[in-house]
Amino acid sequence: MINEILNSITFIYPELAVSIFLLIIVLVDLVFHKDKKYIPYISLAGLVITGILVLNQIGITHFAFVPQLSAVKKYGMMTIDPFGSYFKLLVVVTSILIIFFTIASEEVIDLKERLGEFHALIYGMILGMLVMISASDLILIYLSLELLSLSSYVLAGFLKLRERSSEASLKYVIYGSVSSGLMLFGISIIYGLTGSTNLYVINSLIQGPQINLFTLSFSSILMFVGIGYKISAAPFHFWTPDVYEGAPISITAYLSVASKAAGFALLIRFIQTGFTSFISEDGYWTLIAVFDWQALLIAISILTMTLGNFSALWQDNLKRMLAYSSIAHAGYILLGIAVLSNQGLIAVLIYFFVYMLMNIGAFYVVMLISNKTGSENIDDYDGLGAKAPFLGVALAIFLISLTGLPPTAGFIAKLYLFIALIDANMIVVAIIALLNTVVSLYYYVRVLKHMYLTKSEREQENITPSIGSLVYLLVLLIPILFFGIYFTPIVEFARSCVSLLGI
Amino acid sequence: MIEVGLNHYLVVSSILFSLGVYGVVTRKNAVMVLMGLELILNAANINFIAFAKYGNFGLGGQAMALFVIILAAAEAAIALAIVLNLYKTFSNVNVDEIDKLKE
Repeated sequence: MINEILNSITFIYPELAVSIFLLIIVLVDLVFHKDKKYIPYISLAGLVITGILVLNQIGITHFAFVPQLSAVKKYGMMTIDPFGSYFKLLVVVTSILIIFFTIASEEVIDLKERLGEFHALIYGMILGMLVMISASDLILIYLSLELLSLSSYVLAGFLKLRERSSEASLKYVIYGSVSSGLMLFGISIIYGLTGSTNLYVINSLIQGPQINLFTLSFSSILMFVGIGYKISAAPFHFWTPDVYEGAPISITAYLSVASKAAGFALLIRFIQTGFTSFISEDGYWTLIAVFDWQALLIAISILTMTLGNFSALWQDNLKRMLAYSSIAHAGYILLGIAVLSNQGLIAVLIYFFVYMLMNIGAFYVVMLISNKTGSENIDDYDGLGAKAPFLGVALAIFLISLTGLPPTAGFIAKLYLFIALIDANMIVVAIIALLNTVVSLYYYVRVLKHMYLTKSEREQENITPSIGSLVYLLVLLIPILFFGIYFTPIVEFARSCVSLLGI
Repeated sequence: MIEVGLNHYLVVSSILFSLGVYGVVTRKNAVMVLMGLELILNAANINFIAFAKYGNFGLGGQAMALFVIILAAAEAAIALAIVLNLYKTFSNVNVDEIDKLKE
């Protein structure tokens, strides 16, 4: 038993590195309470080390923390596989980008005294996400989900003197804890039905004839409530616009990319290891005939993207508009899972990489402008194209990419998604998604109209971004344009990371 | 004397769960909503322990219940801190009166 645990530790080095740096940040925060300006660099160093450890893991497939009882079929509490490593890498890269984001954000600079807590909580979120991505046991899934949620509740309300921020964190904590409570009840029913909390054991047990289908469907839906809240899928999305608007912009960007990515990784692993009986030669998954996940996912994703896109049409606050747009994007990504094939999974992986670049970029420009003007209202963007030419062009490219128009990488992401849908003969769904994209064009272009065609009524003050911001934006812009033209590398990388361990 | 079996526990837990959901949906005061949440978590706890005992599933259920108790405490602490901070800004904690973010 001890040997097994010691052996398993070699597979969780990234998680260990994050835990150690979490402690270091807390200690540094306590010891050097006068001078906090080094803390962002410590957390950057920690993330770079974690990133290297994750890179070392790519290609490894292994079970960690295997119980001794599992003599017949091997399974463990955690699963290390290329799919998980891809998402871990995505989370770490997003976190590095967000740390740079906070260095430039006035809201966070104003925190001064509380900077240490801020970074410690971000590390709590990262640890939760990394564990969640590779968890294959319901206990671990619930614990990591809660670790992620608890840290993000506090971060959403971190500007505690601001009314909007406090309200955002109240809404987040109430919606979040209720949905994770429902998820826990679902877990308890699954445990009662199968006698195990491990997804691999559950998979083999629910194939038996004695399973009560009604109870299993009920508990599956309860499980989906918890995951659906994390990825802000439609009936559980009510918190998203409020929290995204009220939270500090850096945290909004982080929630919209990283915690959503972890939620999707969890959903994919849950469906694939828990409910798939076998994967055919051409990569299509056959579900165990106990619960029709495909119908549920298609219905939810259509609802999610339609609601997200149509609500975004009349938003005047840019943060709120990007919140609805991120709900719509969650709908598109859910379609990639609903295909239930490896091809759909490749599309999801590509989509997430591109979504990370363009969404963080859009939020970064919004943050730079709100640093200057103190508001995110669309009227403050009037005449921005003339006042700040570079920021205007950058935001235009990010928004065009979010719409999914060539020659940006957003087009490639959508293209692969639609190809996967059409190959699986889901033509009607593909057409609905396409129509949704057309709707989304309206609200993205509305921002461009305000930037370039509307004259500002107020004093013209030029906004010149600092050198650091220019470099940051270029780091995001160049891949978006480059991968829009030459996209073989990400497609190949996603293809090599598609395999999950098990079944 | 009736023998207390698995079904009795499950009935109690489903009643607790329903009361919890009812409390979350109907109560206006944020603190009462959080109490409803505790009921949901404890309903799940009763399920875990009852299933572990009567299903002979080993100690997994009990271990899970312990984790849930700890998490419930952490969650309550954070939620109450947020509610307290909210009270300082809004001087009330009614969920439906705090709506600065809606337009």
